[in-house]
Amino acid sequence: MSAMALFGQLLLGLINGSFYAMLSLGLAIVFGLLGIVNAAQGAFYMLGAFFAWMLGQYLGIGYWPSLALAPIGVALFGMLLERTIIRRVYNLDHLYGLLLTLGLFQIIQGLFVYWYGTSGQPYDYPDALAGGHNLGFMFMPNYRAWVVVASLILCFGTWYAIERTRLGSYLRAATENPTLVRAFGINVPLLVTLAFGGGVALAGIAGVLAAPIYQVNPLMGGNILITVFAVVVIGGFGSILGSIVTGLVLGVLEGFSKVFYPEASNMVIFAIMIVVLMLKPQGLFGRER
Amino acid sequence: MPDTVLEIAGLNGWYGESHVLHGVDLTVGQGEVVTLIGRNGVGKTTTLRAVMGILSKRSGTVKVMGAETIRLPPERVARLGVGYVPEERGIFASLTVTENLMLPPTLAPGGMSVDEIYRLFPNLKDRARSQGSKLSGGEQQMLAIARILRTGARFLLLDEPTEGLAPVIVEQIGQVLDTIKGKSLTVLLVEQNFRFAAKVADRHYVMESGKIVDMIGKAEIAGKMERLEEYLGV
Ligand SMILES: Nc1ncnc2c1ncn2[C@@H]1O[C@H](COP(=O)(O)OP(=O)(O)OP(=O)(O)O)[C@@H](O)[C@H]1O
Ligand SMILES: [Mg+2]
Repeated sequence: MSAMALFGQLLLGLINGSFYAMLSLGLAIVFGLLGIVNAAQGAFYMLGAFFAWMLGQYLGIGYWPSLALAPIGVALFGMLLERTIIRRVYNLDHLYGLLLTLGLFQIIQGLFVYWYGTSGQPYDYPDALAGGHNLGFMFMPNYRAWVVVASLILCFGTWYAIERTRLGSYLRAATENPTLVRAFGINVPLLVTLAFGGGVALAGIAGVLAAPIYQVNPLMGGNILITVFAVVVIGGFGSILGSIVTGLVLGVLEGFSKVFYPEASNMVIFAIMIVVLMLKPQGLFGRER
Repeated sequence: MPDTVLEIAGLNGWYGESHVLHGVDLTVGQGEVVTLIGRNGVGKTTTLRAVMGILSKRSGTVKVMGAETIRLPPERVARLGVGYVPEERGIFASLTVTENLMLPPTLAPGGMSVDEIYRLFPNLKDRARSQGSKLSGGEQQMLAIARILRTGARFLLLDEPTEGLAPVIVEQIGQVLDTIKGKSLTVLLVEQNFRFAAKVADRHYVMESGKIVDMIGKAEIAGKMERLEEYLGV
């Protein structure tokens, strides 16, 4: 095993880890505020990639504008679903929200498989990020470096916004006691819709970032969703910092196992999940409920 | 500004199927401190929740500063300039004291500044960076009142601010109420501690099984002490 290959796998692990982190961060926000385990998160990731691809294919819009436009489209679509459909199950058991969003996920994925097939569409790197640098111990493609940096900034920016700003204090307070927050004059239903939009926009951005690395495929959301659920369970449901750290670490661990024992790489995260569930069911960063 | 800050007429309220308020009638005038007293479970808290719009299953008339609010959600009621201190205090455990204090948005100009608030509640200043979950009962009550004084609300709903607190702290809360009166804010106060209520309030409404059964003015209190004790079951 060459050092080049080892670091290459670790970098890919870090990239996957940042996608896990963004998706599970979005899940954590939505779960904390709405009590919904949003299984449609995988579909929003796929839609981010597809919207970017469609913007390029049909309107000739390039990567950089799409990086903003596609997630906005995803967020608007998500908020529409929240207002019209998902809102109706808030007062029911968590299981109903999970099943409802799983149904939405299947429908969205099914439509895109029907329209575009499962072979995948290529999506180009932006020219500015072509090529790479030789770091001595490894070759670092510019685009991959950009994905890691952009994801880290987004994740920790989101963490900062939630934990350190006034709007974030509204979110945290509404997670604890939405009724009282309303009684102070804050429009919590609107806040919930916006937070849902923000949570799914994170998945949408991850989808656009992923498009040049893995093609644009209707099934990409389903593949990542199961892993993200495991990440969320390990980190602790609803924990903001937990989802970021766990996502990144598990991505890297998965990369490691691809190098040293590839046969286990698909299982390693789930094995960890089972161990965590047995020893600390509320997750590594979770508070006891 | 209208002379009547709160006008409740024929207010009915339900928790699901259970009918709790049976036609409440009461009014609170501008600048008055009015208490709502009565035994446990007669519907005092429910009345405040119905005014705030937190109890959504309700009917009748609730006018706040002249505006009908019976169909408004809580955030719209609050925006009329109403500050609410719930019975359970509602301090957010995951927020610091400062964040709790700054949480309610400004509703109108003329609220107290943070400096003024810290002068009135010195203990809160020392605990500014503590997590809300770390406060004592008295500190929680102080914070629950402090945070609505910041918003410029002109009409305050206080639900048993002295409940379960030591006499020194009750006295401190009495001073806070004097300050509130000095600013000619209007207060509807739920209180079981009648000695406390008698000192601060202008009038008292007595509630029994979801209805107002008596109204006692400041001048009449001395003569009606016996009847009051009967109402309160002390
Ligand atoms: N969330 C609820 N669901 C159903 N019934 C409730 C609920 N809260 C209160 N009740 C009932 O409504 C009635 C009035 O309760 P409320 O809390 O308004 O009384 P209260 O006068 O504030 O009493 P206390 O002095 O104990 O605070 C009581 O019979 C109570 O059991
Ligand atoms: Mg009560």
